[in-house]
Amino acid sequence: MTDPKPVTPPESCGDSGCGTRREFLGAATAAMAAALTGCGTLSKEEFLQHNFRELSKQEVLDVIARLEKEYKAKYGKDVKVANTPAIPGVIFGYALDLSRCIGCRRCVHACVKENNQSRDPEVQWIRVLQMDKEEGVNLQHADQYYNPEEVPQEGHFYMPVQCQQCKKPPCTKVCPVGATWREKDGIVVVDYNWCIGCRYCMAACPYGARHFNWGEPNLPADQVNPNTHYLGNRPRPKGVVEKCTFCVQRTRNGQYPACVEICPTGSRKFGNLLDKDSEIRYVLENKRVFKFKEDLNTQPNFFYFYGV
Amino acid sequence: MITLKNFRQFITDTLRIILKGDRLYYAWVGFLVLLIAIGAAAYLGQLNSGLIVTKMRDQVSWGFYIGNFTFLVGVAAAAIMLVIPAYIYDWEPIKEITILGEMLAISALIMCLGFVMVDIGRPDRFWHIIPLVGRLNWPQSMLAWDVIVLNLYLLLNWFVVTYLLFCAYTERHYVKKLVLPLVLLSIPMAVSIHTVTAYLYNGLAARPFWNSAILAPRFLASAFCSGPAILLILLQILRKTTKLSIKDEAIFKVAELMAYTMGFNLFLTAAEAFKELYSGTEHMVYFQYLLFGLKGHTTLVPYAWASILCGLAAFILFLVPRTRTNWVTLNIGCVLIYASVYIEKGMGLIIPGLTPDVLGDIYVYRPSFTEIAVAAGIFATGFLVFTLMLKAAVPMMLGEFTISKGQPPQGAPPQKA
Repeated sequence: MTDPKPVTPPESCGDSGCGTRREFLGAATAAMAAALTGCGTLSKEEFLQHNFRELSKQEVLDVIARLEKEYKAKYGKDVKVANTPAIPGVIFGYALDLSRCIGCRRCVHACVKENNQSRDPEVQWIRVLQMDKEEGVNLQHADQYYNPEEVPQEGHFYMPVQCQQCKKPPCTKVCPVGATWREKDGIVVVDYNWCIGCRYCMAACPYGARHFNWGEPNLPADQVNPNTHYLGNRPRPKGVVEKCTFCVQRTRNGQYPACVEICPTGSRKFGNLLDKDSEIRYVLENKRVFKFKEDLNTQPNFFYFYGV
Repeated sequence: MITLKNFRQFITDTLRIILKGDRLYYAWVGFLVLLIAIGAAAYLGQLNSGLIVTKMRDQVSWGFYIGNFTFLVGVAAAAIMLVIPAYIYDWEPIKEITILGEMLAISALIMCLGFVMVDIGRPDRFWHIIPLVGRLNWPQSMLAWDVIVLNLYLLLNWFVVTYLLFCAYTERHYVKKLVLPLVLLSIPMAVSIHTVTAYLYNGLAARPFWNSAILAPRFLASAFCSGPAILLILLQILRKTTKLSIKDEAIFKVAELMAYTMGFNLFLTAAEAFKELYSGTEHMVYFQYLLFGLKGHTTLVPYAWASILCGLAAFILFLVPRTRTNWVTLNIGCVLIYASVYIEKGMGLIIPGLTPDVLGDIYVYRPSFTEIAVAAGIFATGFLVFTLMLKAAVPMMLGEFTISKGQPPQGAPPQKA
């Protein structure tokens, strides 16, 4: 599934610049910080780890080895943490057919299973809105908590919302420490080991796509998906923000995101926007699409359309 | 060399003054320390369990902590309210009290930084925000700007206060060439801290309630109402309890300036409300939630109207010269305007900005016990810092406490900031 071979991180500082900076803070500070977080399990290496984009090749490998060891100790099984980089010549695009979606929420749960979200409280990266047909896309008439015997309900249509992977993401712009950024294939990712948990990105996101680990994520060992990516679905610590990554651990290896694969109605289309023969390009060419909250000029790579 | 030695003496003597006091002083400090201990215990609980012990959730991801932060930035900025007339118009009676304004700014800033610290999910990663050591996302992130200006402003005020007191203590006159430019610099700095804090919210197109061009002017106008209100009450207390002489004239002048800023603040609020309610676009829902309630949720409504009514009443009390110069009505006015702005720039700003959320969901937020206890601890810390600074500063400003201990300074005039 995931690519095990070591791959170059997108950027690295290479020379001594990072090293001296890191030495600036000693083990004593790490111990103090461990006391501060109240968990006492914070290692010196974890405390001193720098921003992912500034790590050298070797440092990335060390970090991954450390994480895999920690996950093994915590969940009692081998968890693979990949750092597969963006594939050159690929920008991922997504299209969702509003006339097909029946609001069954299978995508929501497949996503939770795939991406190792906290189960209690359950963090969901996809929110499905039940809308009134006569109102169209009107958020003041949206209901996320619909729970009938059967879907779809008379008079309603359904609009799933997840990270729109904007070309101009307001969330990355506001992050005070550069803990979140847009990768070359258009996926907006978070470095869970660098995020300080200020939640400014959550205030900035117009789509409610970012979620915070308010408590210690509760992920039962038997439900851990062991195929993970550093910037994607690896288990997260408490106090950091997380979000949909188009299943970076799958899509960079040529698989569909979990939500696309599970959808029983075929409402979800995914592919390479730079590939003329891709299904996503077919949709853009032959259907009329719209972008959610287009007036905000976030320029999503996530499109909605009416297929029938 | 002598200066360095004197400075060491200054520090030890300052510590000595703040450790010695009458029973009332100890009781007050003890009370504050107790509150700090309660806050610290609550914060330890939050560190252990995570921010889940607050009532904040994904829909309302900022709450009581950030509300208090925003309000206190305004208090810190308001110190310049006193500096402007003192230095620009060279108005003597106010000059004596600007140093108090600066100490108030320092205390407010310490509370601001405290509220930010308790709000972040990973305080152990605080070093990530330190320039060069971490990775400050400047100039893109408004939060990065805020970190810079708040710390610079804290440093500036701290330096000016320390320097002025040190001069008073060593019985020298301060170097005007050094102090004047710094004090003048603090004017644009004060404006900038509140402007940048307003921009923090203002720049978010996802939140129409904040995405208004007059947000920064509104921040400034309201800060120049609430900050001086605290100071006016404080000055009266100091006059009674110490030998510090503050003229009625100075207090009434500040009150008069406040009447103008209050009027302006009400005007800006009305302008905002008119635009939203009259044009009646979908952006109106946030104002509706605040003023009238939405879909049966009316939690904020009584607070919103209390804020408006208090603001109006205080404006009238400060506008009419007879009530402005009457101590009872003046103090009632101070309490009213303080309450009004505290609601408006705290919860009244943060909560309707996030409710309904970006997908139309309404989550009703009320601070949890932990949030209130932690906040009380931070307020107590700020009050404690202010109390200790006052305890040392007042006798120094009066020339009662100098390097020659108890001897009034020779030839030097009483300290004026």
